[in-house]
Amino acid sequence: MALAGKIESPQLYLRAQTRWRPIEIVFWLATLSPYVLFPNYLSLASQIAVAALFALSLDLILGYAGIVSLGHAAYFGVGAYTAGLVSKYGWGEPLSGLALAALAAGIVGYATSFVICRFRHLALIMLTTGFGLLLAELANTAGWLTGGMDGLQGIHTWKVLGYFHLDLYGSTAYGYALAVLFVLFLFARRVIHSPFGLSLRGIRENLVRMPAIGAPSRAHIRTIYTIAATLAGVAGAILAQTTETVSLDSLGFERSAEVVVMLVLGGAGRLYGGLVGAAVFMIARDQFSGIQPQYWYFWIGILLVAVVIFLPNGILGGLARLTARWSRS
Amino acid sequence: MSTPALATRGLAKNFGSLVVARDIAIELPKGVRYALIGPNGAGKTTLINLITGMLRPDAGQILLDDADITTLPPDQRVRRGLVRTYQINSLFPHLTALESVTLAVCERTRAAQIWWRELPAYRHEIDEAYQILTTLTLASVCHRPTRELAYGQQRLLEIALALATRPKVLLLDEPAAGVPREESSELFAAIAGLSDDITVLFIEHDMELVFRFATRVIVMVGGRVLLEGPPHEIATDPQVRAVYLGRAGEPRHEPHHG
Repeated sequence: MALAGKIESPQLYLRAQTRWRPIEIVFWLATLSPYVLFPNYLSLASQIAVAALFALSLDLILGYAGIVSLGHAAYFGVGAYTAGLVSKYGWGEPLSGLALAALAAGIVGYATSFVICRFRHLALIMLTTGFGLLLAELANTAGWLTGGMDGLQGIHTWKVLGYFHLDLYGSTAYGYALAVLFVLFLFARRVIHSPFGLSLRGIRENLVRMPAIGAPSRAHIRTIYTIAATLAGVAGAILAQTTETVSLDSLGFERSAEVVVMLVLGGAGRLYGGLVGAAVFMIARDQFSGIQPQYWYFWIGILLVAVVIFLPNGILGGLARLTARWSRS
Repeated sequence: MSTPALATRGLAKNFGSLVVARDIAIELPKGVRYALIGPNGAGKTTLINLITGMLRPDAGQILLDDADITTLPPDQRVRRGLVRTYQINSLFPHLTALESVTLAVCERTRAAQIWWRELPAYRHEIDEAYQILTTLTLASVCHRPTRELAYGQQRLLEIALALATRPKVLLLDEPAAGVPREESSELFAAIAGLSDDITVLFIEHDMELVFRFATRVIVMVGGRVLLEGPPHEIATDPQVRAVYLGRAGEPRHEPHHG
């Protein structure tokens, strides 16, 4: 901490902002705990890791650049179907499958970003929703390719790194999903702490002011939208590879809405918000649907309303406020 | 005669039947300190919006260093050195002063397009931002979020953001708006201390500041330029006195929405 009146050197100060905090290291160590504590829940854990990556990708555009999307599952779905199709037609190597899925989702994201960057607020929500519905219906119509309502069958994923077999208990699946999540989290963290990341925060804070400091805001928005779509595609691909099936709901409206809920639960614009939100959402769903299989959305609804009313910046925002109060007293 | 830093020719703009700019032709030579004065609603801010591309003119031309920039988008005008500040603070509330100015410097050097290297690696950009904040006496608060800064400090940060883009022509829309009298002359001293390479046009209602800091004055009335000349001529011109200065008894510090 800087003493009152003494100013830290600007570089040291900014360096300190990017440094790893102890709580982050604890967080990532804790992600390994399911292997020891909940070995029966590794399949759920791997689905949480997929949801976390998906929510992280949404955080990059929603939390950092203020782009509200209700159609983000479009890119998740493109990634899932790409990975699924590549495997179905004979190439089941998972890592190269991920790369191809990322490429496909990135291309679709880049193409749509040219429209996205021109709109804000309600128009943007409608646009992303419309685009998501459009793609879902296309997948439904193209049953010869996607399997339509029956889902894409016949996917076979080879051993991860040629060694780890995808077993029934999900231990490889979770390790695989977690490793990819961690690597892409490092990537996202780097993006956020780059000069470009600072520009994104500028866009979120005051979009109108950006041209007056010479910033090409639309180009910035196109870049981050493409990056976010790529990460979403990877999340979809992991799901396809680990479950060896792709269904239409992978790019449905419900998935788009759920990922927004996860991010809002955890806290947008905090990098970890999506990860925490995904874990809370998926665990709550698992537990509630065990108690009341038909009404579990009721409980999710209550959870969401409670968080928005009492923790407007999500669970992490609430925790940050608590620790700030605690360290002051 | 050398080419003017900034010139407009026949600039016009209507909002429906309301004429906000008619046939505006101005020429700002390099390095001058121009004041733009006129009663409320004279079209001063509109002129700045037209010149910087925030508004599209219905007719006319804008020339920056003899190049036609009439159709360029605002951010590209900034890149060419035509920069403005705002009458009402328009800042980045949750960024610190240092982050805000560093952002503006990074946009200029195009470092802001780099997403694969960490910000602290950009020492030159950060140092330059800190340097600008130091000259504007903001170094001691540079790690505070903008929304926590005092009002006068936020006014200075507006100017710091503009300087970070290395302007050739700087348009200041009431830089001292809302700042107490004693502080506003400090603020203008900072503006007067800017490099002679920078051409400055400022809107200001306080005539004492105008006559102290402007080398030339443009008077606008009803969307057109009434007069242009050195301060002592403007001060004694009967026309100007009639439309603007002559309205004695009007309080000087009423809120303006020029």
